[in-house]
Formats: sequence, C-alpha cells, structure tokens
Amino acid sequence: MTDQEQIISKDIVSYLKTQKEKSFLRFITCGSVDDGKSTLIGRLLYDSKLVYEDQLNAIKNDSKKFGTQGGEIDFALLVDGLAAEREQGITIDVAYKFFSTSKRKFIVADTPGHEQYTRNMATGASTANLAILLIDARHGIQVQTRRHSYIASLLGIKSIVVAINKMDLADYSQYTFNSIEEDFRSFSKSLGFDHIRCIPISALNGDNITTKSERMPWYQGSCLLQHLETVDVNSNQNDGEFRFPVQWVNRPDLNFRGFSGTIASGQVNVGDEIIVIPSGQKSKVKKIVTMGNDLEYARKHQSVTLTLHDEIDISRGDLICGRSHPAQQSNQIQAHILWMAEKHLFPGRGYLLKTINKTVPATVTSLKHKVNVNDFSKEAGNILKLNEVGLCNIYLDEPIAFDPYSNNRQTGSFILIDRQTNDTVGMGVINFSLRRAANIVWQNTQVGKTQRAEQKHQKPVILWFTGLSGSGKSTIANLVERKLFDIGRHTYLLDGDNIRHGLNKDLGFTDIDRVENIRRISETAKLMVDAGLIVLVAFISPFTAERNDARCTVNKDEFVEIYINTSLEEAEKRDVKGLYAKARRGEIKNFTGIDSEYQAPHAPEIEINTLSLSAEEAAMKIIDYLQKNEFIVRTES
Amino acid sequence: MLNDGKGLTRLKNGGQCTLKTLETAFQKLETLEIEAHLRDDTIPQATPLNHLQRLEAESIHIMREVIAQCENPVMLYSVGKDSSVMLHLALKAFYPSLPPFPFLHIDTGWKFKEMIAFRDRRMKELKLKLLVHTNPDGLEQNINPFTHGSVTHTDIMKTQGLKQALDHYGFTAAFGGARRDEEKSRAKERIFSFRTTSHQWDPKNQRPELWNIYNARISKGQSMRVFPLSNWTELDIWQYIYTEQIQIPELYFAAPRKVVDRGGALIMVDDDRMPLKDGEKPQEKMVRFRTLGCYPLTGAIESSASTLPDIIREVLITKTSERQGRIIDADNGASMEDKKREGYF
Repeated sequence: MTDQEQIISKDIVSYLKTQKEKSFLRFITCGSVDDGKSTLIGRLLYDSKLVYEDQLNAIKNDSKKFGTQGGEIDFALLVDGLAAEREQGITIDVAYKFFSTSKRKFIVADTPGHEQYTRNMATGASTANLAILLIDARHGIQVQTRRHSYIASLLGIKSIVVAINKMDLADYSQYTFNSIEEDFRSFSKSLGFDHIRCIPISALNGDNITTKSERMPWYQGSCLLQHLETVDVNSNQNDGEFRFPVQWVNRPDLNFRGFSGTIASGQVNVGDEIIVIPSGQKSKVKKIVTMGNDLEYARKHQSVTLTLHDEIDISRGDLICGRSHPAQQSNQIQAHILWMAEKHLFPGRGYLLKTINKTVPATVTSLKHKVNVNDFSKEAGNILKLNEVGLCNIYLDEPIAFDPYSNNRQTGSFILIDRQTNDTVGMGVINFSLRRAANIVWQNTQVGKTQRAEQKHQKPVILWFTGLSGSGKSTIANLVERKLFDIGRHTYLLDGDNIRHGLNKDLGFTDIDRVENIRRISETAKLMVDAGLIVLVAFISPFTAERNDARCTVNKDEFVEIYINTSLEEAEKRDVKGLYAKARRGEIKNFTGIDSEYQAPHAPEIEINTLSLSAEEAAMKIIDYLQKNEFIVRTES
Repeated sequence: MLNDGKGLTRLKNGGQCTLKTLETAFQKLETLEIEAHLRDDTIPQATPLNHLQRLEAESIHIMREVIAQCENPVMLYSVGKDSSVMLHLALKAFYPSLPPFPFLHIDTGWKFKEMIAFRDRRMKELKLKLLVHTNPDGLEQNINPFTHGSVTHTDIMKTQGLKQALDHYGFTAAFGGARRDEEKSRAKERIFSFRTTSHQWDPKNQRPELWNIYNARISKGQSMRVFPLSNWTELDIWQYIYTEQIQIPELYFAAPRKVVDRGGALIMVDDDRMPLKDGEKPQEKMVRFRTLGCYPLTGAIESSASTLPDIIREVLITKTSERQGRIIDADNGASMEDKKREGYF
C-alpha cells in the first residue's frame, strides 16, 4: 500500500478536502513519428498508478500481438485507442488522457507527429496551456520540431517543455543534451515563448519522468512530473479584461431576463459598469445568478447568468465587456488561418465563420502570404491546402466583437465551416481589425432600390442560368430577354463571353479563377438588382458553392436559379463552338464536363430539359414562372 | 519614496541618506500597504477555480451551446450515477429556467426495479418531462439476456431501441453521459460527435474540435451526440456527487442483497424472471454495484461501503476499471469502437 493509499483508507474525508484544492493543467505532447510520445504518456499513467489491473492485463495481451517492445509492456498501447492506430502503430487522432497527482489534475492531449496531421496537433494545442515537445536525443532538432514549435506558438502556448528523449540510446550524454538545448533556444527565439524548460529523459526506462534519474547526475533540474506539477502557467496571463460572450438568453418568465455564458476572461462584480459589443449599449450588472445562490463576483472560466439594470437588447453573439476596456468590433479582420480540409481554401469563396458564440457568413478576400510551417518563411500563394497556414484578410457579412488572439485566446479565435457539408474546414486566430472597416460608411443614398424598381414598374431579380457549355443557356437567356424587353421591362444580360472579354479578362479557367469569376459576376449582378433591373446571368457556373454565394448576395426573393439540363453526351454531340472536340484532344485544359467538374443544382427554381423542350418553349416556361411569382405583371398581349 | 526618488539616486551614486529620510520612507511604505490591503477588501478577488469547478463550468457551457445551436435536443437519462451528475448540471446550466428539453430513458425491460422507481420519483420531484421507450419489436419477440445472450439483447433492446426513439421524436441532438476515461476509443471521440442519417459514427472522419467552439451544424436527418462529461473521470464524478450532495440510487451503496454467482459475476436476483440453474440458490451477501444497467448483465461486488466517502475510498483503492462489471466490452479491444460506429452510446 502506498502512502497515499494509507491516507485514503485512514481518513477519506480529509483526503477529499485536499483533493478539492488541486489545480488544473491541460497540456499537449508532440514530437516526430518515433520520438515516443505515446510511450511517455503511457509511462506517466503507469507510474502515477492510474492504470487499472484489467487494463494492464489487456495491454499485456495486446503487447504480444501488436507491441513494438518484443513482448515487453508497450505503454503506447494504453494511449493509441483506435483500432487502425493499433494496427499501424502510429497515432492518427488526438487522444485525451487524464491523470492526477497530489498537487494537480492533468488533461493530456496526445497528438500525431506526421506532417499530414498538423491539424490534429493544432486541435490539441488550442486548449492547452503547455506543450511537451519530444526530441530524439540521437537526432536532435528535426523539421518536425520546428513545425510543432511553430504551431504551439501560433496557438498561443507560452510554456514549453523540451523533453530530450531516448537518452539511454545516447549514453546519457550531457554534451548531447546541452547542444540540443542550445539549438532549441536559438531557433525558437522568434516564437515568443515565455518559458522553456529542457529535461533529459528516457520514456521507455522511466528516467527523469516521475523521479530523478541516477543515470544523469549532471542534470540539476526537476524531473518531468515535478515540473508539470509546479510550473505556473497563469503568471504571465492574469485574468485580463472582463469578457462575457452571451451564449443564451435565459427567460423563464416575464419577470426574469438573464444572459447566460462562460466568463472568457477577467472578473465581474455586482454593480460593474458594462458595455455590449458590437451594439455599444451600456448598463450595470444587477445580479450574478447561479443555482445555489447569487454571487457578489465571478471570474474567468465560471459559467454564470447575469442580469442588468437596464432593459437593453442583447442576444447570443454579443460580448459583454467591462466599460473601461471594451473589445473591438469589425467586419474586416486579418487572421492566420490553418486549413484543415482536403478541399482547398479559395479566396473569394464563402464560408461560415464561427466565433465562440456567433456564426456569420465570411469571405477570405485575400491571402497575403502562406507561412512555411517548417522554417517559418513567408511564401506567395493563392490557395491554402490541407495543413497549410496563411495570413488572410477576411470580410464578414456582419461585424463581430473580438480581441486580438495574443490578448485573449477565447475571444480572438474562430473556426471556418463549409456551407455545403457543415464540416469544420479551418481554424483562425485574429491578429487585428483592418483599419479600413472603421472608415467605410455605407453611402446613405436618397434614391434606393425600391424607388428605382418602382420607377420601372418591376421587381428586380437575378435569373441565374447554369448548365454545361453548349447546353443552350445563352440561346434561352437571349430569348427570355427579348420577350421581357418586348413587354417593356428593363433588363440586362451578363453572358460568359462578354464578361470574360472585359471585366474578367485577367482570369483563366482553373478552379480558383472560376470561383473569382463567379464572385465578380455575382457582385455585378447585385449592383444591377440594386439599380432595379432584371438581370439575366448565363454562365456555366459549375460549383454549387459559388451559385449559393451568388444567391446570398441578394434578398431571398431576388434570385431564381435556372438549370439548363442537357446531358454531357448531348452537349458534346451538338458542340456548337467545337470546344468539346478541342477539349477531348487536350487543346483546352480545365473544360467543364471533361476534366473539370460540374455540380448540378439540387433544387433549382426552374429546371429546363432541353431534350423535351425547344428553346422557345423553354423561354415561355421561364416567363410563365416570372408572371406566376409576380416578378412581372401579366400583360394583355 | 526615498525623498521622491532623489534619495535613491543619491544612494545609487554611492552617497548617503539621513535617518529621517529613511524613517519617512518606511512610514510611507506602511500607509501604502494598508491602503493596498483596504483595496483588496473592497474589490474581492475570487480565487482561481479548482478542478471540479472547471469541469462543472465546461459541462454547463456545452449544454447551453446545444440549446443555442440545436433545434430539437434530448437528454438521455439512464438513471446511473453519471446520468445523475448530468441531470444536476442541466439544472444548474439553465437556472432559473428548467432544462428546456425532455429526458429520454431507453428501458430494456430488464433494469433493476429500484432504478425505475428512482427515475420516476426524481422526474416528478423536479417537474421534468420524461420519455420512456422500449423497443416494441424486441418486446414482441421476447428478447432477453438469458435466452438471447448479452450481445443480441444489448443490440436490440438498447442500440436499436435508442435509434427508434431518436427517429420517432426527430431529435437532432442527444446528450449522453459517456466519459473519455471509460474506454480507449472514447478517448478520441469529440464532445460534439456527428452521426449520419443512420446514426453511425465514423471515427476516421470526425470534425476537428477547437478551443471551446463547437460546430453543431447538421443537414436534415443527421444528428449530434453530445457528451458534456467527456473530460470527467470516475473519481471526479464521485467527488462531485459528494460535494454537491447529488441523489443516486441506493444500489450503489452496500446492503444485503440476494445474488447468485455466475462465472465470477455476482448477479442480483431482482425478480422471478431470472431462471435459476439446478441447485443454484440465491445467497444473501453484502454487495453494491459500481455501474447500473440490466440486472442480469450487471455484476455486483462484495463490499461494505455504505456511505459516499466509503465508496470513494473503495474506488480509489480498487484496481479494476469500471466497466469490468459489464459484460459487453470484454471481448476484444476494439469492441466498444465497433458498437459506437453502429450507434451505441
């Protein structure tokens, strides 16, 4: 029985009391493929007696089956949970493990080392206050070490432990240790860590893990566990200014209106003067409500409900701040984005940006540069691929409240969500507001869209024709415009060819150029709708994402998607312009339908099947639709 | 302080200062300290949150996110200790409102009688809405753990029953009380865990979960399983029950109960549906349960722990992990992962 067990069996009640006072640390372990991260965590769990006997038996069996230690206990198997990982002997996802000592409780995120799992490491790092970087003593600092250091720094981790592992295979050499430490300190200077501690260890043999190793008497510092127990991760980042992201408005009845949330930083007291960002409304804190009792004050990390003295309009997405130091607000920001999806990030394409409590449509307007995560150099680029980091300007449809990430990890972070799949595709840390945002004031014109439309006796709308090349989009759109013109409607036809010769003549046919092409056309069409026109857009527009973005530029009832459905076979058979033949011969690259994808619309307002309808009939069907839905008034003729 | 800094400069340059200057400096220092002390009293500084308070705040945050983001959530309530903690946190998260969602119990028909009584009493006391679902097909075929075995019984009555209920009510999000420390594949599951239209989990294709920003967006037919207790350990659960005085079923506490020994597992004879083998006679033993489930599948342990501190002491000293009392994940290491892929909680 250990000392602790004796205390437990003698006086459990006072033991429980001491347990309550434990502090809390979340950390991440990272390193390259065979540096022994999982072994290290397995060792920490094993040595702090957190492995139960039945788990240990299971691991002993597994060690014989998959183990890499010749039948000896393979500690990595304690951590590598998913079946695929056990078979391949690598860690592919983030695994969270829990252990505690008499002083502290720990949550460890064990993250993969391969470059293709950079995003997984970033995931683990986002909630960690300390990172353990493992380095194989035999190999010293590797490309991976640099990458992991960069990601840790990007995600705002200030405290680093460099665990120089496999000292047993390096003769426990002080010289080796010192030279690696020196290398690390010099290359990481630019990364802004506040606290670096280097410890020589052997995870496999347990040297300097939970007890000081006798095999390295030259090392004077504390062992790894002791360091983790005592390192102060909060000293450099006190609680900060008061920030309260409103999660949910709590209204059980008419007499109570509270704002629920978790305090992101700082402290709040009853009577504090507050300001709501972005609305700028002010009030004072009336009560801090929790189930047990109302509080006089509450601090960072606490989940509470606030009531205010004044009845002001606050909803989810707002940020309640101390009045003297409020957060910033803007709809144009600059941020570092780490891309996490196979589908590339295209500037110009629309995504959803989600902060801690608010989701807004957003577009990356420009990629300033990419960051080479291995040597921190800046590189030019126009797209971000999986696991790449870039500095981006971002435009938001609505302003958000935020702080720079370096000041506040809670209110300075966001994720990007794909609008079609709902997947989380990127993560971002906000650097600052682009100063332009504050200066752009919408021109409040006297004559508006309504007035312009009324003058023309029509309801402005975009008729968006999409379909393969040669499907008949232009032919049908021309007929529709002719008919509208004949009944005195004000129209304009934006056609692929006329735009590509002018406004978009700088664009080619790669995926990224197609995205930008459609973005410009959408914006142009939007201005024309604002001018009160019926705009006909006839473009292949092969991607669902861009057509949806186009739809979002105008009001719901101002967009009609018309799918000109002609099969590839049929379009190729017609081949009016001889383009398919050229594409088949390889003379045209990125031709839709041949070597570039066409994504058919799921629910277009109108679908025209050109095999069963003539161009004239198709045009009439569209005019009928416009009349039925009161875009144009039925005329006598 | 030392003559407004002039004294200090003089000292630095190797000069001297008078006794009077020094005395005045000390006096000034004292007044400053008293003022600082007074300031501390007027603006109270909250102490940093301890581990349990951090876990509690995180769970509350997660629950509120679900309410803010998901259309039709439900909380799975299995009557066990983790469910009791989850329920308690839900009461806290929305106070003074009641939790704005119903509670769902998948009743296999083989739960301990005491669990059902406890469940009904708690829900009534708290004025919460309880939904109970039992798989009608399984009921019709009289699926039971004795003739069909634990695997078939659990699959049909629990996994299939759960899917039926979720589909029937069209729930878009379901809270579950699973913890990451329970089992290896759970250690990698997200807090907001995405499920396909057929309720499947794809461990290789999980959404990255960053900071405490949770993406709960889904398309029609898809759903979210949400685990607010992900970061709690078994000990945390017990400690929280102790600190917050949370009610849990008596079955967790040691008492004399009639049990039979089935291959090392002590099975409580909870009703007369349990077929006894020839010569098998229920023995009265001091036992308690570490987890609660279907009584024929839940082994008791011999114990004299009849108070919470006693139980916690036992938990701390025992070296057998929690799910061992359950018969379902004993086969191979990846078995829970397989079950979860198919939609088991």
